[in-house]
Amino acid sequence: MASNIQFTGLNTSRVLPIPNPSSHFPSKMLQFASFRTANPSSVICSLTRDPSYVAPLEEHAKTSNGSVLLQRPDSFGRFGKFGGKYVPETLMHALTELEHAFHALSADEDFQRELAGILKDYVGRESPLYFAERLTEHYKRANGEGPHIYLKREDLNHTGAHKINNAVAQALLAKKLGKKRIIAETGAGQHGVATATVCARFGLECIIYMGAQDMERQALNVFRMRLLGAEVRAVHSGTATLKDATSEAIRDWVTNVETTHYILGSVAGPHPYPMMVREFHAVIGKETRKQALEKWGGKPDVLIACIGGGSNAMGLFHEFVDDKDVRLIGVEAAGFGVDSGKHAATLTKGEVGVLHGAMSYLLQDEEGQIVEPHSISAGLDYPGVGPEHSFLKDLGRAEYHSITDEEALEAFKRVSRLEGIIPALETSHALAYLEKICPTLPNGTKVVVNFSGRGDKDVQTAIKYLKV
Amino acid sequence: MDLALKSSCFLQLKKPEAGFEACFSSKRAIISVKRYTPMAAIRTTQTVGLAETFTRLKKEGKVAFIPYITAGDPDLSTTAEALKVLDSCGSDIIELGVPYSDPLADGPVIQAASTRSLAKGTNLNAILSMLKEVVPQLSCPIALFTYYNLILKRGTEKFMATIRDSGIHGLVVPDVPLEETETLRTEAKKYGIELVLLTTPTTPTNRMKAIVDAAEGFVYLVSSVGVTGARASVSGNVQSLLQEIKEATTKPVAVGFGISKPEHVKQVAGWGADGVIVGSAMVKLLGEAKSPQEGLKELEDFTRSLKAALP
Repeated sequence: MASNIQFTGLNTSRVLPIPNPSSHFPSKMLQFASFRTANPSSVICSLTRDPSYVAPLEEHAKTSNGSVLLQRPDSFGRFGKFGGKYVPETLMHALTELEHAFHALSADEDFQRELAGILKDYVGRESPLYFAERLTEHYKRANGEGPHIYLKREDLNHTGAHKINNAVAQALLAKKLGKKRIIAETGAGQHGVATATVCARFGLECIIYMGAQDMERQALNVFRMRLLGAEVRAVHSGTATLKDATSEAIRDWVTNVETTHYILGSVAGPHPYPMMVREFHAVIGKETRKQALEKWGGKPDVLIACIGGGSNAMGLFHEFVDDKDVRLIGVEAAGFGVDSGKHAATLTKGEVGVLHGAMSYLLQDEEGQIVEPHSISAGLDYPGVGPEHSFLKDLGRAEYHSITDEEALEAFKRVSRLEGIIPALETSHALAYLEKICPTLPNGTKVVVNFSGRGDKDVQTAIKYLKV
Repeated sequence: MDLALKSSCFLQLKKPEAGFEACFSSKRAIISVKRYTPMAAIRTTQTVGLAETFTRLKKEGKVAFIPYITAGDPDLSTTAEALKVLDSCGSDIIELGVPYSDPLADGPVIQAASTRSLAKGTNLNAILSMLKEVVPQLSCPIALFTYYNLILKRGTEKFMATIRDSGIHGLVVPDVPLEETETLRTEAKKYGIELVLLTTPTTPTNRMKAIVDAAEGFVYLVSSVGVTGARASVSGNVQSLLQEIKEATTKPVAVGFGISKPEHVKQVAGWGADGVIVGSAMVKLLGEAKSPQEGLKELEDFTRSLKAALP
């Protein structure tokens, strides 16, 4: 039942023990509660439930055994040292406004009802938790033992990927903010298509920034976005890929912030985006918990998801972060191999830095210039990663591994043939990791792979590499 | 040949850890060959920091002229010459941009300059060693404009020590808002670097007050909602923003973003700004010139025309 799944804003801030609380930012400068009275978006005033929202929340609390707990994120959008708001001053007010609106709407029953209705009837939630019988058979050992593989079918959502969960919620939020112009960045085009779709649905103006190089390799999605009435703007600056499209979208936002909402497509960017996008995708994990209980009367043992910016992974993981007995595994793109210099394995090979508004692991050179990533999958081809993943990695709560282009292509073919489902190349990375982990898992282990998207969009790419 | 006699106060210590409180004042005669120096003058001005520069100008009833150029576009030796040209044409502070792969706050002109500069292999070390040679020949202070990741990668403290060692006085970091500046400000202060903070038309009043309280050197007022780049006119809103800031602080305020013509400069000065910043228009001249020589000549003419519009 979709109607009982809601994002719950403030209540979802979890606590986790952190090993080094000293890296935490002091809160004495965080109190900017007042607004220019002449501010045009008066909607906010009626939506803001309580001005104390911006006052620092209680960031540290001691548990009974004395260990320090950290809110995730804290009032300034920090996940430990990661996250934050590293943006031009022009955007600071809009980010505060967005955070207020998000918190207010998370407590707004009408909004929740409207969102739940759209998720059910328009997006097609809930998505099935499907027992992959032949894939399970494939990983059985000689003695007949092996893990049980389940697929969380986000590919069955409208537009064919998980991306729509966030896009639809943010479009609804933009409407409430009174902003009629929507911008977004896209890499593979999935987030662009999802955004163009919801803009058509809600009658909003839509501009999608896309790297000129990505427009070539994802021509089908460019057509889909235009068909849906969006304007697709080619970005030629820098390396003409996702990172440049993101920079350009941010520049547009800096310029048109008073009229425009930026639907950021991942759990990246400045606060509140990593938190907000996570909450809008958290429905994936919540449904999984419920479905697991229905199907086998327990919890999953292992969760596996691919990671570019990390939104589908965070959506699945968030519900289970506090369940210490559930293994969380993120799979990055190793491209030609993590030692080839041509990869997108940010958490495996990156170093801490600041990009697109947040502190996180990054692919960068010795000077701090951002290095262009490589992956066969345009959706994973990003030099940064959501700050919460960096936090979970440093904390040791989630494991992060990587899969090469070649391994992903093999999984793309294998899953198509064994299950009759063509996975997105992004998802194929998560599926490829089954080859590595399944031999190590005890009999009957319940593994859930987030089947984040369908692969129709990738057949043009795959044709170049696969002989079928 | 031009004889510049200067008393400079900059650090000449080789080892950054060896105590930076010490600042040596030394009288030195520097004989420089300045091909593009239009006025032969014997200077006795001391190169002081940003805030002091504003104090001096205020006494003289003048408004600071602050040009911006991107380091390494078209190449670092042209940048070195450009700094000398800008200085000798009467610039009061020069903002020097460090090229970055993802300059979020910059419009197309400065983005393109950064891309060209990086393609030429420009990096911070090369910029700083160029500055080490050029700064002693300049009478005005330099403020470095850089994105945060370049500072983080080097380590904030080491970064401050290194730029101080190259004779830099000020720092502008466009992607670090007030809340994230604590470490930057502590380290900058330690090394005598003035950290300039930006306020914008979308900044609420209380927030603006906190920003001007923390700003050093001067307050950078972003004239319009948007990224850097020339605009047809300056928003009339700037006048009331200036007034509001002036009510909140006695610190000098310089206006930048979108200012590209003598009439803009004149208008902003008339509204009570203590300084005007011109960036993209300068960068464009150097970037689009047929040769570095031509670019420098145009830069000189342009600077003179802007400077002439100021009191």
